[in-house]
Amino acid sequence: MLLEFFQWCETVRLGRLVVESLWLFPVIEAVHLLSLSMLGGAVLIVDLRMLGFGLTDRSVAEVFRNARPWLIGAIVGLIATGIPLFLSEPIKLYYSTSFWVKMSGLAIVLPFTFFIRNPAALSEPVRHTARRQMLAGALSIGLWVTVAAAGRWIGFS
Amino acid sequence: MSLLAFCKWLDATAGSTALRESLFMYPLVESSHVLFLMLFVGMTVMWDLRLLGLTLTNVPVTVMADRVLPWVRAGFVAMTVTGVLLSYAIPIRTYQSVWFRAKVVFLILAAINVWYFHARVLPNAANWDTDARLPWVVRRAGLASLVLWAGIIVFGRFIAYNWFDCDIQPQPAFVNWFAGCVVPPPQ
Repeated sequence: MLLEFFQWCETVRLGRLVVESLWLFPVIEAVHLLSLSMLGGAVLIVDLRMLGFGLTDRSVAEVFRNARPWLIGAIVGLIATGIPLFLSEPIKLYYSTSFWVKMSGLAIVLPFTFFIRNPAALSEPVRHTARRQMLAGALSIGLWVTVAAAGRWIGFS
Repeated sequence: MSLLAFCKWLDATAGSTALRESLFMYPLVESSHVLFLMLFVGMTVMWDLRLLGLTLTNVPVTVMADRVLPWVRAGFVAMTVTGVLLSYAIPIRTYQSVWFRAKVVFLILAAINVWYFHARVLPNAANWDTDARLPWVVRRAGLASLVLWAGIIVFGRFIAYNWFDCDIQPQPAFVNWFAGCVVPPPQ
C-alpha cells in the first residue's frame, strides 16, 4: 500500500525531470542546504535565547517575532526543494532507514514547533515560564539536529 | 615542494588514509560539517539580516555584535576543524577541484569583508548603532556576506560531484587551468 504510493511517486513528471538532468538534483540540493542554514539561524537565535544565551537583554517574545518570518521562509524553502528531491528517488528512500528517521523527526518537530515551542516563546513571563521555555528550546535544537543529521545520512546509504 | 606535491604527501600519510577509508568517521565528520552550518551560517545570516535592517531592528548593532558574534565565532571554529579534516582525508582531489578553489576564493573575499567591517565600519557604530535603517556602508557588508556565504555553501556542496574532475578528460582549457590539472599533451 505505502510501497505502491512510493512507486506512483516515481512516475511523477517532476521527479523524472530531476533524474534526467545532470544539474537539477545538485542545484536543488544546494538550495535545500541554503534553506537549512536559514532555518538554523531563525531557530537557534530563539532557542538559544530561551536557554538563556544570546540576546538576553531582549524578551524571548521579541526575538521570536523577529525570527518568525525567516523561520516560515526557511521551512517553505526546505519543503519546496525537499519534494523534488524526494520525487527523484522515492523507491531508494522507501528502503532507507535514515529517510524514515528524518520523516518521523519532522512529524514530531513541525507540530512541536507550531503548537508548543512557538506559543511558549510568546507566553507572558510569569512563574514557571522560564523553565518551560528552556525545555522547549532544548527540545527544538535536539529535534532539528536529529532531522538534519538523518537527512544528511540518507546520502551515505 | 609544490602544493600538489604536498597534497600527494598528505594523501599517503596514515591519518589521511585511515580517515578516508573509515566506515563511520568520514561520514560523521561530513555530517558535523553540515550540522555546524546551521550554527555558523545560520547565526551569520541573522547578523547580516540585522545589518540589512530586515530583522531585530530594535536591537543595537553593538549588542548584536556582543551577543550573537561569539556564536558565529564558535561555529566558524567547528566548520574549520571539520572542513580541514575533510580536505585532509581527500587532499589531492580536493586541491584539484574547481569548486573547492572557487570556495577558497569566496572564503578569502568573505574574510576581507569581515576584516573591513570590523576595522573600518564597526568602530563608527556610535553614529548609527540604534538606527533601524543603517548607512549603505553597513548594509553593503551584510549583503556581501550573504552572497559570499551562499556561494561558499553551493561550491562546497558541488565538491562532491565529479563533473570537472581532472581524471575525466577532455575538459575545457579553463577548467584544467583553474583546477591545476596535469594533463598529458595529446599524442
